[in-house]
Amino acid sequence: MVEQVLKRREAVAALLARRDGWLVVTGLGSPTYDVNAAGDEAGNFYLWGAMGGAALVGLGLAQAQQGRQVVVITGDGEQLMAMGSFATIAASGVTNLTLVVLDNQHFGETGMQLSHTGRGVDLVGVALACGWAGAQEVRTMAKVAEAAAMIGPGATGPRLFVLRIAAEPLARSLPSRDAVAVKNRFRAHLGLGGL
Amino acid sequence: MTDTDWPDGIYAALKAAGIGQMSFVPDAGHARLIDRLTADPGVVCNVLTTEEEGVAISVGAWLGGQKSVLLVQSSGVGNCINMLSLPMIGRFPFMMLVTMRGEWGEFNPWQVPMGQAVRPTLEAMGLTVLRVETAEDVVETVAMAARMAFDADQQIAVLIGQRLIGRKKW
Repeated sequence: MVEQVLKRREAVAALLARRDGWLVVTGLGSPTYDVNAAGDEAGNFYLWGAMGGAALVGLGLAQAQQGRQVVVITGDGEQLMAMGSFATIAASGVTNLTLVVLDNQHFGETGMQLSHTGRGVDLVGVALACGWAGAQEVRTMAKVAEAAAMIGPGATGPRLFVLRIAAEPLARSLPSRDAVAVKNRFRAHLGLGGL
Repeated sequence: MTDTDWPDGIYAALKAAGIGQMSFVPDAGHARLIDRLTADPGVVCNVLTTEEEGVAISVGAWLGGQKSVLLVQSSGVGNCINMLSLPMIGRFPFMMLVTMRGEWGEFNPWQVPMGQAVRPTLEAMGLTVLRVETAEDVVETVAMAARMAFDADQQIAVLIGQRLIGRKKW
């Protein structure tokens, strides 16, 4: 039996089609391109570096904006560099943070080397062991829609969705690399002034 | 400020600056300040597994309209280096308070290499490094660092000398 996997652009677009005031942070590489391909928005903050930082940028943002849903979309390699973040985010007790890992089991930007998730490491198990409120693998578009519908008020803690995606080469979709401009646009979107 | 109550002065300076988030890897030199901030319902506090997490959290906090401070020991500065790319390239206000080891009366040789490398590594990443040695200077320095960070969009590390913290009791 062929293992069922998602097409990453289609899955991210479907997830973000359900966007309802969400603030979105992306991990470097393909997740940044996937989110930009779904539509550049002022409520997006794209990382082009700082590997291992996406989920934690999301945590600081979620704590500052407790009335909004924060959705971090990153890859398996980026999240593997932030294994400790599963513990830190659990300990924070944050309830408005959702982590979406696009898991192709490879380091896609650097030559498609097999990653830890491709060698059996289970991020869903890690999150559950750390005490996250929910963590599940998503392999169908119907389940992507279900996951999107779960993002909203009422969670008792952070949630993880691991989207199993195909390791496919795709054209890059490039958002601005000017972090100052993207930061200022993001803050203006929230009505925040200052520099 | 006296040799014992300066952490309370830092707490007051951080509150006056409008700090809303704090993250930390514990250090004995920061223990009283950590206690004060974690007891404050107006400050969201995160305990970290490694110091670089706090750099990313600070950036997220500012994106969302809150000011954040990172409390670490000198050994933890080395864990932050690449993540400091984020506040540097995005010109995010960033402030870390570093309690120093590996210098004044250090008994543990393992603390020395990173302790001695703190200033050059932070400066190599482009941060502005301020250093205090006395209780008289520490509170004003933190207050001015906060102004530089949050009003002038700077990335600032305040090093609190081991002479002020005191030799670790062993």
